[in-house]
Amino acid sequence: MAEQAVTHTTHTYPEASGLRSITADFSSDRQAFRNVSWGKAMMWIFLLSDTFVFSCFLISYMTARMSTTVPWPNPSEVFALTIGGTSLPLILIAIMTFVLISSSGTMAMAVNFAYRRDRRKTAILMLVTALLGATFVGMQAFEWSKLIHEGVRPWANPWGAAQFGSSFFMITGFHGTHVSFGVLFLLIIARKVWRGDYDQEQRGFFTSRRGNYESVEIMGLYWHFVDLVWVFIFAFFYLW
Amino acid sequence: MAQASAHTQGQQHPIKLYLVVWVWLFILSACSYFVDYFQLQGLLRYSLIMLFMMLKAGLIVAVFMHMAWERLSLVYAILVPVSAVLVFVAIMVLESDHTLLSRVSSFGPST
Repeated sequence: MAEQAVTHTTHTYPEASGLRSITADFSSDRQAFRNVSWGKAMMWIFLLSDTFVFSCFLISYMTARMSTTVPWPNPSEVFALTIGGTSLPLILIAIMTFVLISSSGTMAMAVNFAYRRDRRKTAILMLVTALLGATFVGMQAFEWSKLIHEGVRPWANPWGAAQFGSSFFMITGFHGTHVSFGVLFLLIIARKVWRGDYDQEQRGFFTSRRGNYESVEIMGLYWHFVDLVWVFIFAFFYLW
Repeated sequence: MAQASAHTQGQQHPIKLYLVVWVWLFILSACSYFVDYFQLQGLLRYSLIMLFMMLKAGLIVAVFMHMAWERLSLVYAILVPVSAVLVFVAIMVLESDHTLLSRVSSFGPST
């Protein structure tokens, strides 16, 4: 922090800003991400690697779709549902999108209340987030069983290019797995918040480090990332 | 310094900010759904999809994930490597064009 730099050195440099601050941080011969805890930095780096995983899936989907000579099935019709006699295109996917965005909203507010040390509101908002996440996975299971029933397989489908099935199951399956694990971790962290582990600085069972409300923010980073990936899947797989 | 003080107490921002972003994400999602609902086609469709996608992604990363308040060295360490993905996309676009061309010329319907 700037204040420390002023008190501990005889030369009083103004804190570098912009690109110079990056150079200063990385060449400082100590912790590069100043003011960022290791837990948060590691979560960001994990999310970066996960970005590459999902990018590879989406890029392979793009390659398959661009290079096939067979027409690609129209996702607007494939994912249409008939509700009350009218066929609505993509309606289930739209609802899933809104559910996941809402869960992101409740998670952001849970992080906010966590830093205000409001145990009750934090835990309730995290449970709502987990519930919305579970709803999302449930709707995805419905979508999968509907498509499998209609004859979509990773190697074939009734409407066009065979790669449609493999791309669909791979991308949404991997994303659904991320959501499922997110729900699991949300429940674990929510329980810790509810018990007051972070108020009493209880040591974690795995890292043995003192509990801190920052865990809620780190959990939030993961959850928002899952929402972020869905934004790209929604745009490239369902809308394109 | 705003960045430093935000970290001593954790990230603290008014609840209203999150609600506003939430509403915007709803509006943008609805917009991208209507792109499909009204069956917009061609360049307009793809540019609108990309626009709404980038705006949503930007809002989530900047506000919900607090990237806007993080130290610049962390922001660059996370965002700059992502540009490698764009290079990969460019390579694979060329590759798939080539594959499609050879498929059409070698296995296409014989005239």
